[in-house]
Amino acid sequence: MFESVLVANRGEIARRVIRTVRALGIKAIAVYSEADADLPYVDEADEAILIGSAQPTQSYLDIDAVMEAAKRTNAQAIHPGYGFLAENAGFAERVIAEGMVWIGPPPEAISAMGDKINARNLMEKAGVPVASGTREPVPDADAAVAAGIGYPVMVKAAGGGGGIGMSVARDEAELRKAYDTARTRAERFFGNPDILLERYIERARHVEVQILGLADGTVVALGERDCSVQRRHQKIVEETPSPGVGPELRARMLAAAVRAGEAVGYRGAGTVECLVDPVAQDFVFLEMNTRLQVEHPITELVTGLDLVEQQLLIAAGEPVSFTTVEPRGHAIEFRVYAEDPKRFLPSPGSITVWEEPVGDVIRVDSGYRAGNKVTPFYDPLLAKLCVYGPDRAQALAAARRAVEEFRIEGPKTNVPFFTELLEDPDFATGEYDTGLVDRMRAR
Amino acid sequence: MAEVRAEMVANVWKVLVSEGEQVEDGDTLVILESMKMEIPVLAEDSGTVVSLKVAEGDVIQEGDLIAVIE
Repeated sequence: MFESVLVANRGEIARRVIRTVRALGIKAIAVYSEADADLPYVDEADEAILIGSAQPTQSYLDIDAVMEAAKRTNAQAIHPGYGFLAENAGFAERVIAEGMVWIGPPPEAISAMGDKINARNLMEKAGVPVASGTREPVPDADAAVAAGIGYPVMVKAAGGGGGIGMSVARDEAELRKAYDTARTRAERFFGNPDILLERYIERARHVEVQILGLADGTVVALGERDCSVQRRHQKIVEETPSPGVGPELRARMLAAAVRAGEAVGYRGAGTVECLVDPVAQDFVFLEMNTRLQVEHPITELVTGLDLVEQQLLIAAGEPVSFTTVEPRGHAIEFRVYAEDPKRFLPSPGSITVWEEPVGDVIRVDSGYRAGNKVTPFYDPLLAKLCVYGPDRAQALAAARRAVEEFRIEGPKTNVPFFTELLEDPDFATGEYDTGLVDRMRAR
Repeated sequence: MAEVRAEMVANVWKVLVSEGEQVEDGDTLVILESMKMEIPVLAEDSGTVVSLKVAEGDVIQEGDLIAVIE
């Protein structure tokens, strides 16, 4: 195992990775920007290096600055967390070229899955079901219309992520507008103007499978997570198991996710995202995230595994800590964002009160504490509130109590939305899809 | 006269109008960016932009004046 690991990230995920690194007796090295000097993860690391100013391009996205910190501290390995440089194949290659260990999949697997058009074609070849759609970049709005995918159609940035640039079009006029918006955002956010179209499945659930590519080359699936509670195509609440996936569909999805991982020679933790038609009990591949996922804690709660520990073991070429996995019970994650609970608009500010709920069935992965300032430079995730129950009803009961007990003052947060969600009849029965939040707001 | 103010701390990403320009109710005046999200700021009245207080790249605070429409 390594003697030291540098965590190239910030906030809650840096803190979460540092926790496992230190628990394994490994030296944890943090990096931080001028805006983040007071955050808990900086204190909790064994060593912390200031790498630049608040703007992400001047710090967390600055490959030279991160590598300089790694060399200065003699880091043996680099864990990228999620976001920032986590899915940057060039960064992974650089880490390896400089003689350090990259705690993630091979750079080739990142590249193969990073372009959604390429990923889709690759998955189709590997026998993973995909939605009907375009197989090459769509050059302009006329071509988008001429492609004849049918309506509704989803317009996406090939290099995209986080829901940015995605929109659904229901007729030609909407498609032209969606194409132009997606193209502008693709260029601005991802530096890749390529656009693809996919037939949109109405009333679909967003369900993903956690995989681990082991050091010996085998790929295992650790179960699914339902991520259908979304606003602006971004996840807010996730649960496992999915209330919309039966045993037969689950078996097919897990097998397909293993094939997906094997097709790209996957190593480490990854997630195969799918759209599920709950009525037909069928699914199609959406994309693969070649990193640890934000919502990984709910898989940890039902499997008893520490996924960061498995990532470290695999990267070190060692066997994982388990032989078989039998998920038990039910877990739900609530992403606490600094945003108003009605329109979900960002709300940076200084935190004056921070009181987390505590209990045996509650886990809070937080990035902040009282006295910290939430700045507009990074995404609005403050903490992940996770609950466990032997079944869904008991997990929901735990969630109601935990949500009520979470007190944050300063920035507006979406915690009041969770109270609303937990009272929603569709969420309560589990019969919801990705349109749930929009329908709640339209009532 | 209508004052358009910022609802949150943000960077000014795009300025889509200039002083003296006629705008309609619902037109996008500027696009702000905060926490990896784009937030369009719309005109809530039709009229002339008599004053524009922000430029692309500015960092603005909650309550800051963005524009005046008359």
